[in-house]
Amino acid sequence: MHDTAHAHAGQHAAPTSFIRKHVFSLDHKVIGKQYYGLALAAVLIGMFLSWLMRLHLGWTNLAIPGLHLLTKNGAPGDVMTPEFYLQLMTMHATIMVFFVLTTAPFAAFGNYFLPIQVGAEDMPFPHFNMMSFWVTFVAFLVLMSSFFVSDGPTLGGWTQYAPLSAVGQVGGPGEGAGVVLWALSIAIFCVGQLLGSLNFITTTLDMRTRGMSLWRLPLSAWGWFITSVMGLTAFAVLMPACILLILDHVAGTSFFVPANTVMNDQMQPHSGGSTLLWQHLFWFFGHPEVYIAIVPGMGIVSHVLVTNMRKPMLSHRVLVYAMGALAVLSYMVYGHHMFVSGMNPVSSLVFSFPTLVITIPSTIVVLIWMGSLYGAKLRINSASLFALGFISMFIAGGVSGFFLAQPSIDIMLHATYFVVGHFHLVMGVAAMFGIFAGTYFWFPKMYGRMMNETLGKIHFWCSFVGAYAIFMPFHYLGLAGNVRRYQAFAPEYMQPLIPLHKFITIAALFTGAAQLVFVYNLFVSRYKGEPASDNPWQATSLEWSTPTTPPPHNNFGDTLPVVYHDPFQYGVESSTGDYVMQTSPEKASAHDES
Amino acid sequence: MAKLFAVTIFVIAIVSAIPILRHTWWMAEDISTHGAPIDEQMSETMAEAGISFLASQFILGYFIWKFSNPKPGDKIKTFPGGAKAMVWAAFLLVGTEVLALGVFGVKAWANVYFTPPAANAVPVEVQAGQFAFYFRYPGPDGSFGPIHPDMISEANQNFYGLDTDHDADSKDDVVTAEMAVPVNREIHLIMHSKDVGHSFFVPELRVQQDFVPGMDLSVHFTATKIGRYEIVCTQLCGLGHYNMKAYLSVLSPEDFDAWMKKEKAMQ
Repeated sequence: MHDTAHAHAGQHAAPTSFIRKHVFSLDHKVIGKQYYGLALAAVLIGMFLSWLMRLHLGWTNLAIPGLHLLTKNGAPGDVMTPEFYLQLMTMHATIMVFFVLTTAPFAAFGNYFLPIQVGAEDMPFPHFNMMSFWVTFVAFLVLMSSFFVSDGPTLGGWTQYAPLSAVGQVGGPGEGAGVVLWALSIAIFCVGQLLGSLNFITTTLDMRTRGMSLWRLPLSAWGWFITSVMGLTAFAVLMPACILLILDHVAGTSFFVPANTVMNDQMQPHSGGSTLLWQHLFWFFGHPEVYIAIVPGMGIVSHVLVTNMRKPMLSHRVLVYAMGALAVLSYMVYGHHMFVSGMNPVSSLVFSFPTLVITIPSTIVVLIWMGSLYGAKLRINSASLFALGFISMFIAGGVSGFFLAQPSIDIMLHATYFVVGHFHLVMGVAAMFGIFAGTYFWFPKMYGRMMNETLGKIHFWCSFVGAYAIFMPFHYLGLAGNVRRYQAFAPEYMQPLIPLHKFITIAALFTGAAQLVFVYNLFVSRYKGEPASDNPWQATSLEWSTPTTPPPHNNFGDTLPVVYHDPFQYGVESSTGDYVMQTSPEKASAHDES
Repeated sequence: MAKLFAVTIFVIAIVSAIPILRHTWWMAEDISTHGAPIDEQMSETMAEAGISFLASQFILGYFIWKFSNPKPGDKIKTFPGGAKAMVWAAFLLVGTEVLALGVFGVKAWANVYFTPPAANAVPVEVQAGQFAFYFRYPGPDGSFGPIHPDMISEANQNFYGLDTDHDADSKDDVVTAEMAVPVNREIHLIMHSKDVGHSFFVPELRVQQDFVPGMDLSVHFTATKIGRYEIVCTQLCGLGHYNMKAYLSVLSPEDFDAWMKKEKAMQ
């Protein structure tokens, strides 16, 4: 670290043209904002799709005015067909998992703040960084283009289990061109994530400024670093899996389709493929992906919390070790998605054990947060409310993991709404709360203006109560045997559950509408918010030491900062108040762990 | 605001727990011989997860209540046990929970998957395809005739691709659209998919197993209560997935024989 040659590796002159400044920019801050914009567009589309799905689940024959405009054949008389429901569901999940939960907490905030938090001028490979965003953008366009092909997007779910995903058009609407576009989009997305991860890892290891030892990195930087290591290995598995899937469609291969497959009374021209192979490849990526979505949120929440608690974490090293343990274990647990898949039942037991064990580092993270809250001088603002809400959601979604880690109980809960409730709380809502906490916290630095606190709090209350109202009942539905991915509840025993679905739909519409308050706040504050000072939260880390707000093109002006402390010097007595900034040579108190 | 937040957390935690405690929405009644340990495991896990959920939400709410909006002179305090106490707590509390659940869970799982079907179990074959289940009974000869995938034809109602003209074993096979089993007799269910992935789920039977195209799998179970239940597909298999279901009738031995005779006559 802090070698001059290295520290200047990412240096490039400030652009002058509009295109190089705002479109094809090499500046990590612009790229971070581009990722945020993409995630915002994606989340609004994903949420809109979920509204349509929820309306249909509550009132199956409901005509939704204008629905036919979204699809050629999927909504005769504006009533959703079964296949269109599945297509919306698949797109909702794909958009949310890849283009929101991976993009916003990791790529958006990480791009903007990781280089600043390590004290660098930029990332070491700015061209790769620019490419990573634009490749991701292309991946999004490819995915969305599947709405416009003949029979629409794929209906196979975001997990795209073979052989349904590999047999082609004969599998149903969207299973031809729709699947190919889906797999192409995800393969391209993987390239973007690999380039991004490479930059994040190198930034953290090689670009730290003088005095910035690894242990002096803020927890948000640790979150992004650990996530980038997971991203590099997980997306490297998903990409070839998608390429093989595309080959099954376009090159006549049979990676995922076995012999003797009969569709519509016709033998399919395939032999020798394995359907379980897809599941192994997919979940080898898929489970780390859960942690790719949530670990940056853990880092962001920790960072927001220490600032607003005005005291350090009980131990930031233990938090880092626990997040690292989650990352390592995340590769050993993926088989719990496959307990009843037909794989060897001994494997189920083997996968069950690390899945149960992973609750230990998760519990350590939560207990460290709670133990740190003890004796805090907690400030309540939009950012800290969402950070605390994250903890509540992470607990609620985490405890249901106990059930799904056990193969014997999974017999009853697999593929039910219990699973849907579990992952929506633990990786969906919790990660979203992390994004919101980060937005309210960092917006002043990114745009030089404060967000409106009253609107922020309204947004928080509606989201917190609303998310519980939507996703807690999912668990009850699952216990009662309500199977997921049904567009209507044909089995008799599911009929009494329909009123609960109606309740969930109303809660989802309400909670979704509350998100528009956030979007309004974002745009209005961007132009009309109160001007922000350089360090409005009296925080210590390097992003609050930039010479201007927003930071200049090279982040720190002519000289890179020198770091004297860990970033948790809160609750001390200093010339500035109760904190000492990392760049201040002022003597720190005894709790310096670095 | 902090106090309101804390109260909201308390209320949400309690309201969330009520339907669970009252079993407002709960698992269907168990009608299998292997289900009791699964249900017991579910109850134990619910108790442990429920206590963890309530306790942590309450502590979180209490800390938010107590440690927010400090007065100007307040000093920060450190949790007496420090990080070590938290790490020990996590290892001891969750570790013990994990070990207990893991060990007992192995037993419940082994009951289902690690015991072979009894020699006198009634063999039944189930074939899944978009979007229906078909069942096959071997008839008096006790053996299933071979499947010829190229002869499978919904149009000709040859759902299994049987060649009754040439295969002697196939002649007495009975193919049905509903499943019936005699009560208190072990059933050996052989599972086969003709096209994509599907699943066989009967909540009352405590059985859920995916079909894997290209592989024949089997499960075995004994139904203990006469009645009519639903078999549903839980693996996304295409546009008709939601409607892929069949009925399972658990019958007395006499009724089962009568049903079999009737079905045979219809072949």
